[in-house]
Amino acid sequence: MQTVKIVVTGPFSAGKTEFIRTVSEIDVVSTERKITAEAEKVKQTTTVAMDFGRITVDDDLVLYLFGTPGQKRFDFMWEILSEGMLGFIVVVDSNRPETFREARSILQTFKAYAPTPYVVAANKQDSPDAWDIEDMRVALRLDSHVKILPCVALEKEKVKTVLLELLFTIQSEMESGKA
Amino acid sequence: MALKGNLRDFTITQLLNLVNLAKKTGTLEIQGSGGSATVIFREGKLAYAQFANEDASLSSILHRNKKITRSQFQLLTNRAQNMTDKELGLLLINAGYVSQEDILTSLQSYFINVVQRLFTWVEGFFQFEQNMTLPEDKIAVKVDLENLIIEGARQMREWELLQDEIPSLEMALKFTDRPETNLRNVNLSVEEWRVVSFVNPKNTINQIAKATNLSDMEIRKVVYGLLQAGLVEIIRPGGTPVRITNQMFPTPNRDEQKNLLTRLVDRIRAL
Repeated sequence: MQTVKIVVTGPFSAGKTEFIRTVSEIDVVSTERKITAEAEKVKQTTTVAMDFGRITVDDDLVLYLFGTPGQKRFDFMWEILSEGMLGFIVVVDSNRPETFREARSILQTFKAYAPTPYVVAANKQDSPDAWDIEDMRVALRLDSHVKILPCVALEKEKVKTVLLELLFTIQSEMESGKA
Repeated sequence: MALKGNLRDFTITQLLNLVNLAKKTGTLEIQGSGGSATVIFREGKLAYAQFANEDASLSSILHRNKKITRSQFQLLTNRAQNMTDKELGLLLINAGYVSQEDILTSLQSYFINVVQRLFTWVEGFFQFEQNMTLPEDKIAVKVDLENLIIEGARQMREWELLQDEIPSLEMALKFTDRPETNLRNVNLSVEEWRVVSFVNPKNTINQIAKATNLSDMEIRKVVYGLLQAGLVEIIRPGGTPVRITNQMFPTPNRDEQKNLLTRLVDRIRAL
């Protein structure tokens, strides 16, 4: 049985766990703890080590989705999780520009770990306060060739699109011979 | 017993705070990538500070502060080599070239500047020897540490922000494709121009820092400014944004890798 891995990363409360949950065939194995710090009370629980989801492709191939913890104090996990990944997805909350700086930092960190393809998922685009995709591109200082995709982590079709665009990016890089 | 450690674990600001609160007397020696420095305290106040690779003689400091002219400085360098700072200071005061106030203000300003530059050192070995004091031939000052500590704390916050923006110095820089930007019309400092002259996908930020003799914090400050202005962007060294490597796949065979991707795409579509 062959396995491949995609890492889903991004700032705290961006929607990483939900993203994986929406497409995983297993209940997402999520190492969670209740949030204790008042400053982080935007949600009840948080991922402390990683989320783990699975999509069985066929009898010989399984795709694992690994979600990184968003809180900075768990960033020691990022390098471990990024080893051997096919690519990564940076999920960003489109309603919280205060997290864009952290998103930039995560992006730079992952790019330094491995030269693998990535896409950015602008999550919570169904919210009226969501930033426009192209404004987010500027705020996140994304190069024009980097895909930033509208996403709603609870909607399967939107999550599928993000995953597919990452795979298309990888295929395109292979076709252009950058090996 | 000497207090010793690494600035990575115990910052300059924290050291100053310790010295201030405990009203310590002693000598702090620091070895970092930028060289080495000595800072001397008396009863919790700054008495003296010097970088090993800098001329911290009284004549040099007075010249830098424009209290003596270049020709006077050269004369003193040639003729007064064997004089201690104290002897030289008395001589200059008695000859009417400078006042005691001039000397103390200049020394104070220089020592404070040394400590301020040390705030940019985020890595380095330090050792504090209690009761080791200033050599007799040097002139001591008395500077309260509170303001320096506040400034150090401010720089720490700035450092954390800069680390967030530029987490890795092993990345490279390239100029952005902005046709309307003409670097000639941009007002950059000397330091920024020096960094700009090294911007090249082949040079990591770390290499640029070494070439321009900037500390980790200083290079991050400069690069942050250039990033904010949209003049440069951070890329992987060599300029290749992504690479397809065999580590990404469970098989090294390129055809099998392509087949695997096709199967993944089909499966995701079918979800």
